[in-house]
Amino acid sequence: MYPAPRKTRLAVWKFASCDGCQLSLLDCEDALLELAEVLEFAYFPEALSRPVRGRYALSLVEGSISTPKDAERIRAVRRRSDHLVTLGACATAGGIQALRNFAAAGEFVAAVYAHPQYIATLEHSSAISAHVPVDFELRGCPVNKLQLLEVISAFLRGRRPAIPAYSLCIECKSRAHTCVLVATRQACLGPVTQAGCGAICPGCHRGCYGCFGPQETPNTTALSDALAALGVSRAALQRLYRTFNADAPAFRRESERHGE
Amino acid sequence: MSRQTQCAHVIDLEGLQQLLDALRERGYRTLGPTVRDGAIAYEDIASVEELPRGWTDEQSPGAYRLRPSDTDTVFGFAVGPQSWKRPLFPSHQILWRAGVAGGKVQLDSEPHIDAPLALIGVRACELSALAIQDRVWLGGAAPDAEYRARRADAFIVAVNCAHAGGNCFCVSMHTGPEVTSGYDLALTELGTEGEPTFLVTCATEAGAAVLETLTRRAARDDEIAAAQAVVAHTAASMGRAMPETDWVSRLLVSPEHPRWNALADRCLACGNCTMVCPTCFCTNLEDTSDLSGLQVTRTRRWDSCFSVDFAYVHGGSVRPSIRARYRQWITHKLATWPQQFGTSGCVGCGRCISWCPVGIDLTEEVAALCAETPD
Repeated sequence: MYPAPRKTRLAVWKFASCDGCQLSLLDCEDALLELAEVLEFAYFPEALSRPVRGRYALSLVEGSISTPKDAERIRAVRRRSDHLVTLGACATAGGIQALRNFAAAGEFVAAVYAHPQYIATLEHSSAISAHVPVDFELRGCPVNKLQLLEVISAFLRGRRPAIPAYSLCIECKSRAHTCVLVATRQACLGPVTQAGCGAICPGCHRGCYGCFGPQETPNTTALSDALAALGVSRAALQRLYRTFNADAPAFRRESERHGE
Repeated sequence: MSRQTQCAHVIDLEGLQQLLDALRERGYRTLGPTVRDGAIAYEDIASVEELPRGWTDEQSPGAYRLRPSDTDTVFGFAVGPQSWKRPLFPSHQILWRAGVAGGKVQLDSEPHIDAPLALIGVRACELSALAIQDRVWLGGAAPDAEYRARRADAFIVAVNCAHAGGNCFCVSMHTGPEVTSGYDLALTELGTEGEPTFLVTCATEAGAAVLETLTRRAARDDEIAAAQAVVAHTAASMGRAMPETDWVSRLLVSPEHPRWNALADRCLACGNCTMVCPTCFCTNLEDTSDLSGLQVTRTRRWDSCFSVDFAYVHGGSVRPSIRARYRQWITHKLATWPQQFGTSGCVGCGRCISWCPVGIDLTEEVAALCAETPD
């Protein structure tokens, strides 16, 4: 009565990244077998030795674009993908490597490599959406594997993924964590950060580091004013916004208001 | 007070332990205040040792500090970040599941009923909040089955406040600090030195039946008077007050008041005020399917009028600006709630003031919105 549907052909691509988001897929453990029931893992170098070439129904893309070659490669990936979903802070906002966007990348290359002339790199590390159309951006550093499974489940049924864009505070309070900002005066980016991680850091009595990037309408100015009143220095404020999502527009703009 | 004073008794800490034991023997899950992560939390408690004896709090806009008290009292603190809405109206609740098995769709929508709850240490403002939530969840055409079961089975041990928090304003909302109804037993902690003793009154037969099993003695007149003095002292030391103006109608005629713009500049749209509010009840219904597509689940989660999606209709959100969202929250809570439910949506607990990361003071904002006249 309900014949087994044809498996959906999946590809997982890596650009400038640490592999953590791809590993979230392999970290699905029990759900991996269910995934294999409905997906054909066609291209996934982290997990497969023999890729299947051709077109892909769904491409999951990890990493940012940081070299001229990658800027070409992402266009090829897009051409071969019916749908393209980015995974994580690198693919969605440029990642921690986008810190170079605030400085001269060429100077880093000269300082690090003995023969910088062999290094072909772009001046900026940028999000996938700066290069090709993206169907959905899943936030996080790394992504939350439960959210990843939800995105894939929603994609398979053609429905909107249940991934809220509201603040981390809503998730934090839902879990009955005590607010570290109000009760212990710690700097916390939760009020301006998108939910999704499960409020891991406040659950360990530490402020949010903003791994999931800006929430839907972040009022970073008001939060910075409150943190400054708690004694957070201008340099510390800049560092707070400049981590995994440093080049997300709201965090970038706010970080540029602070500093030494 | 006549009915209460008739059964007024005095118990000590041993009696309070007997109360916990008696409730647990009757099958109740006993939830009460305890110190966790630098705040008073409502958790499972089995022993009076777990109560926050010797602790008190300092609260101001955007700030909460738990500190050792100068006294050795058990209930010498004001309300913390949690409210009793959490156990009665959980932040995450599966409403139904459906699946395909044997070629047929099977629906599982049976209410999930846990052990009955005994809520220990419920304050007057919180009793008012429970009454408001009752109207929300039970008052309409489709009462919530799980809430109804939890509420009907709940045993409530109220506590008269002996300490007004810096952000408390229940007196101006006529919701406290004295508990007047909606409880089974009520405690008033007597004195601040030596071994704690409590004046106990009962308001229900269930309360009287439990009280009979405790080691107790009848309260003397001076102890009844002392209990009344505790409440009077708390009432006289409120941290804040709502303005004595007709803010219900003032708010409704001031949608373009310039103060809303100033508020929008400060508001983080983080939703903390709505999460800690003991009466905020807004939820999102989330429909999800699993990987196989053969199992679907409808989940109800706490949501907030501060989220953009909460006001999403076809084509977009009707309240995209923070200004519009803050205005929605405050005008609903204070001005249109009475039309909808017959009471204010605010009970004066002050949680929204304490737990706002930027310290927006509801009472101050209402005063400003009512005092200044927009063009």
